[in-house]
Order: sequence, then structure tokens, then C-alpha cells
Amino acid sequence: MATTTSDIQTEIDKHDDHAGHDDHHHGPEKGLMRWVKTTNHKDIGTLYLWFAFIMLLVGGAMAMVIRAELFQPGLQLVEPQFFNQMTTLHGLIMVFGAIMPAFVGLANWQIPLMVGAPDMALPRMNNWSFWILPFAGAMLLSTLFMQGGGPAFGWTFYAPLSTTFAPDSTDFFIFAIHMLGFSSIMGAINIIATILNMRAPGMRLMDMPLFVWTWLITAFLLIAAMPVLAGAVTMMLMDRNFGTSFFDAAGGGDPVLFQHIFWFFGHPEVYIMILPAFGVVSQIIPTFARKPLFGYSSMVYATASIALLSFVVWAHHMFLTGMPIAGQMYFMYATIMISVPTGVKVFNWVTTMWRGSMTFEVPMMWAIAFVMLFTIGGFSGLMLGIAPADIQYHDTYFVVAHFHYVLVTGALFSIIAAVFYWLPKWCGRMFNEKLATIHFWWAVISVNVLFFPQHFLGLAGMPRRIPDYALQFSDFNMISSIGGFAFGASFFLLTYIIVDTIRNGKPVKEARVWESAKGLEWTVATPAPLHTFDEAPTRELILAESSHTGSH
Amino acid sequence: MQSQEQYYVPTGSYWPILGSVGMAALLGGFASSLHGSGMGTGMMVLGFAIIIFMVFGWMGQVVNESEAGTYNLQVDQSFRMGMGWFIFSEVMFFAAFFGALYYVRNFAVPWLGGAGNNAFTPTLYPEAFKSVWPLINMPLPENFSVPKGIIHAWEVPAINTLLLLTSGATITWAHWGLKNNHRNNLIGGLIATILLGITFLGFQAAEYAEAYMELGLTLKSGIYGSTFFMLTGFHGFHVFLGTLMLTVILMRVLRGHFNSERNFGFEAVAWYWHFVDVVWLGLFIFVYWI
Repeated sequence: MATTTSDIQTEIDKHDDHAGHDDHHHGPEKGLMRWVKTTNHKDIGTLYLWFAFIMLLVGGAMAMVIRAELFQPGLQLVEPQFFNQMTTLHGLIMVFGAIMPAFVGLANWQIPLMVGAPDMALPRMNNWSFWILPFAGAMLLSTLFMQGGGPAFGWTFYAPLSTTFAPDSTDFFIFAIHMLGFSSIMGAINIIATILNMRAPGMRLMDMPLFVWTWLITAFLLIAAMPVLAGAVTMMLMDRNFGTSFFDAAGGGDPVLFQHIFWFFGHPEVYIMILPAFGVVSQIIPTFARKPLFGYSSMVYATASIALLSFVVWAHHMFLTGMPIAGQMYFMYATIMISVPTGVKVFNWVTTMWRGSMTFEVPMMWAIAFVMLFTIGGFSGLMLGIAPADIQYHDTYFVVAHFHYVLVTGALFSIIAAVFYWLPKWCGRMFNEKLATIHFWWAVISVNVLFFPQHFLGLAGMPRRIPDYALQFSDFNMISSIGGFAFGASFFLLTYIIVDTIRNGKPVKEARVWESAKGLEWTVATPAPLHTFDEAPTRELILAESSHTGSH
Repeated sequence: MQSQEQYYVPTGSYWPILGSVGMAALLGGFASSLHGSGMGTGMMVLGFAIIIFMVFGWMGQVVNESEAGTYNLQVDQSFRMGMGWFIFSEVMFFAAFFGALYYVRNFAVPWLGGAGNNAFTPTLYPEAFKSVWPLINMPLPENFSVPKGIIHAWEVPAINTLLLLTSGATITWAHWGLKNNHRNNLIGGLIATILLGITFLGFQAAEYAEAYMELGLTLKSGIYGSTFFMLTGFHGFHVFLGTLMLTVILMRVLRGHFNSERNFGFEAVAWYWHFVDVVWLGLFIFVYWI
């Protein structure tokens, strides 16, 4: 054994002589190849975020088509078949192309900085996780240009619409989902290994910032849920092309089986898209309330409870499939139980602000908007979770309003908050605060004009995913569309603000960009150099920078 | 100890982008070939070749770096976590198919037979339909290949169970050989495990041949054939991959790689092999036996 160790040591010395120990500490390569080959968590985080932003604009353009068609009753602009392709791809692009990659991008940038690690645990695999996405996204979008059109069965792709009655392009959609899932699983494995293995030795689990905690739990959800989605689309592929009958009652299968498998993935998936948002908001609110986060450990346990419960509530999406009453009762009570840990979180955010020295910088405004508007989405979720009431709400615009409140004013708002919070650290420049404030009010007002009337439409019975509607729904639809166009236009301003910040923003020199921000990411230079934490931070520093135990 | 040593962060790499190109070509080509595109098959083959090249290149680089002593124990730990969670994701993939089996056996098929509040459902189907498992007579048999029989548990599948359980013991024997620096036991255990894996695959192929040629039990045999072939098929594919991986490990052992302290590659494959073993026990019980 002694020989072996010294052998290895000799090898290391040789390696050093050849390549130089600081090989990977030289500046980045120039040009496109830097981004193609990169193993740096900051580069890869940037790639993820730009990819997500582009997909957000693509998916947003589809939403504009939808709202334009729904501006007035009757069919004006697009064929119903194309309308269905827009609703389907809008959902898929936003979920798999925008929200999830954006959070993984934030994780890539922030987790190593927040746990004092030199990089992600598996840097080459990290590159692969990202570089699958453009190919998968291109494959998904290419379906629109194929004979028979793209997938038009809704983002939930229920059988038999997606098996017996779907266009040929569906098989490309299936493989795009396979690739996206593969990328997500690898990304999640990397995040878990980074948090558990790369944390600075002085940082205990209960010292970790909440963004890190929520991502640890999210990564677990991803690894558990994405393979089930892969199983579902694999069964679809087999049913469509190789004669199996998983979802075909004629052969003894069951189309409802598809819904069970899909929602066993799908319900954890919605928490995959919101838990990191909880983490972001839990970082931002203490900074601008100048108080430690209230109830840190209860936040951790609440996140874990939500994650575990998310696996046992899936059939609340299926109250109208003819499930036995006992099943409906179980899924109703289990679902509503989730409001307890979620309530703990909202309570803790509000209590963190209580008697704080509040200031309302742009990231803080987004975070407060998140708390208020996400809570509206949470309440409508409670309503939907009640099985007898869901008979009225199911498949109406009430559902559309609900999940847009949690995903747009929830997940997306938290991403925007995170970008405004950390962008100065990333690029060393401050955004134009006046423009960003205008953008905030523009977006937050228009998004409510867009989605709030949809509650009324749904309660009155307007079905989702239909390009035409009865005359009595006209007024609210017109209001909603006007809000939609205004909200869509706000993204031009957001694009300008971000590009302007990166190119011409006022340089920021302070390591601690926000005066009362806590966390290891604020101890490295601004802009964050390519390589950080080659030496792990000390326990003293970690404790001093803790946003929940430290003194503000 | 961890903090004093530098964590190895590799410089840029072309392997991932190559893997993405290969994956897109393989899957895009496959989807095209399903719809009669002439280029599809060629693209698929090309994509597959690229992926094989990528796997060997990438893994080869990792093996070389490992042998050069580039990785400290913390990197080793990252690899172990990566493999562990990867296997967990595989468990969840199989869980989807086991879940489907559970659902059709306990809900879908009984409901087709009139259980619960579905009394009228059976009146829609021919009288030959019986709500039993294994489901031989489907509701609409003319659309499907109605099998003459099924594969019984206590014939070839029982032998296969014995083979895989034995292989679990031989890989452990090899592991002890590695731990105690008995290289001959290590090599012997690995060879035995590989041979058992290959024998298993041979029996499985013979079983499939019997099912297709003699019993008329195919993928098109309704939900029974669907669950049977998808579960055993994915498992067989994993045994195949595991055998390949064991062979690579054997080659590395013959070149003197691994020692009692540093042996991530060996242990990762051993974990994988045990995972495949456990999945088989689930298959034997729920697909073949009860």
C-alpha cells in the first residue's frame, strides 16, 4: 500500500511537471469554443440562463398567438389545429425550456459560490447537461415544421390523443422529452454531489443557505421524477410504433394509466419548479429586511415535507377520471395537507419582514410580489384540491389562472428577482434602477390584468385549450389579452435592461453589492472571477456570513 | 484532509458536445426511420457510432487521469455519489413499469371485467374476454396476437434466478479478492460473473424465441405481452450493459488497475450489477411467479 501511495505521488509530480499545476487557472479560451468546451460552473450557468431566456421569449411568442386568437370570440387568426399546437408547445417550452433550465443556471452560478466550493462536483458532466438542451429544444421546435404539424394534445399529452390520434411528429417530441430528462437527471446528480461533497468543510448541513437547501431537495425530486416521465414517453413510443397496449383498453390496458404515470412525474415536477423559487426568495427577503431569516429550520423541514408529500398527491389532477370515491377522498386530504408546510413558508417570509428595516430595491420588490401573488396561486390551488368543487373547476380557465399564478408570478418572478439580485455580482455592473423599477410595475400590473380575469372566466365555465368561446366570456377575455400583450411587451424592456447592464452598467466594486446581504457569494470579488474558493472558507467566515444565525 | 488538496477541475472538453450530437443523430434518426425516411437509419447508425466513440474516448480519458493519480479522495467521492444517484434514477425508471404492471393487474383489468362501479363494461366485449391475470383473451382479440400460453416461472426463469443470484455472490468474491489483494480471486470472480451474465442472456434469448415462435406471445399480445416484454426487455438490456461494463473492468484489472484503496470503477460496476440482480428478483416474483 505504501508503494502505491508513493507511486501516485510520483505520478502527480510528473503530471505537475508536464502540465503545470495551475493549468486550469489560466484565463478562459477565446471565442465560441470557450462556451462549447467549458467545464466552469459560471460559464455553464451563464449558458443555461441565456438558453432559458431565449426559450422564454419563444414560448412567450406562442402565448401571444394564443391571446391574440382569444382576443375576441370566433376564429380570427389561426386554425384550431395550430392553436392547439401553440398551447401544447407553449407549455412544454416554458416548463422544460425556460423555467427548469433557468433554475439550473442559477444553481450552477450560485451553489458553488454559496457553499464555498471551487466548482461543481462533476464539471465535464455539467457541460453535457447543458449542451443536450439546445439539441433537445431544436428537436422539440422542429415538430412545428413537420408534415401533420407539431404535437397538439396539450402539454400533458394524455393518451389516446398522444398515441392513437397524434401526428407523426409526436415521436420527435418523445425523444426530445427523453433528452431533456437525461439532461435534468445529470444536472440534478451534479447538484447533489456538489452540495454533499464539495461544501466547505466548516459548513454543516444546517448552516447552508436556504437556496442550497431547496435545490438539494429539488435535485432529489428530479432524480426521482424524471425517470418516471421517461417511462411514460417510452410506453407511448411503444404503443404508437410497436403494437403494445399500455394505454389501449382493447388490449387490456387503460388510457387512465397514462395519467397516473404522467402525474406521478407531473406533481413532483410542479414542486421542482417552485422549491428553488422558495430558496431565492428566502435569500432576498432577509437582505432587504435587514433581519435574519425567521424560522430557518422550519423552512428546511417545510421544504422537505412539501417534497415528500408531492409524491403521494398526484391523482388530484384526475378527480374526473372516474376514480373510486375512496381514492378521491385520499388524494383530496393529502393534497390539502401540503398547504400546512407551504403556509409555514409564507408565514416565515412575512415574519422575516415584520419590524425589519425594509428597503425596496428592485430584487426585494420582485420577492414581495412573489410572496403575495404566489399566495393567490396557492389559494386557488386549495380550491382545486377539493374534489367535489373540482368538478366545476376542472379543465376550465380557473386551472389556467391557478398555474400561471404559481408559475409566472411564482417561479418566473423569483427567477427575475434572482437575476436582479445576483447580476451585479456576476458581471460587476449595476442595472439601471429607474428603468428596472418601471419594468417591475409594468410587469406586475399587466400580469394581473392578464391572469386575474381568467379566474372569473373559469368559474363561469370557460374551458381551457379551446380557440373559440361563448359570447358571455368576451369582455374578460379581451381584458386578459390586453394584459397579455402588455406583459409580453415588458420583456422587450427586460431584455434591454439586462443587455444594457452587462454592456454599459455602472461598475460595482464592492464585494458586498447589497449592503446587508449575507452569504459566502458576497465575500468574493465583484465581478466574480472565473475561479473562486480554491481554498475553502473558514468556519468563522461561514458563521459570520450565515443569513439565519448571524447578526444583521 | 479534503480542504488541503486541490479539487481537480478538468479543462474544457469536446466529449460532451460530441455526445450531444451523437444523441440527437441517434434519436432523430430513429424517429425519422419510424416514419419511412430513407436517411433515418443511416443517421441512427452514425449517431450510435458517435456515442460509442464518445463513451470510449471520455471514459478512456477518465481512466487515464485516474491512473495518473489526478483524482484525490474527494473526487473519488463525487464519482461514488454520481453513480449511486444514477442507479437510483434507474430504480425509478423501472418503478414506472412495475407501477404500470401493478395498476393493470389490480385496477384496469378487474375494472374491464366489471369490478367496482363498472358493471356494464364487460357487455361491450366478446364473451371470450375474461378478467384474469395473465390476460390471454383481450377485450378485442382480433387486434392482437393472442398467445397460446405464457412463460412459466419454475422453468427457465427459475434457472435464470439462480444464475443471477450466483453472479451476485461471484462479484462479491471478486470484491473480496480486490480488498485483500488476491488478484487471482478478483480475476476469477470477474470472469465467473461475466460468464454467468452471458449465460443468463442466452437463456433469456431462448425464452424470447420460444415466446415469439411457439407461444405467439409478443409485444402485440395485449397488456400482458406489453408489460412482460418491456420489463424483461429493459432488464435484459441492463444485464447486457452490465456484462459489457464488467468486461471493461476485467480488462483494466488485467492491466493492473485498481487496488484495495482506490477502486471506484470496480465498485460502481459491482453496485450496478447488484441493482440489476435486485430488479430481476422483482421481475421473477411479479412478472413470472405470482
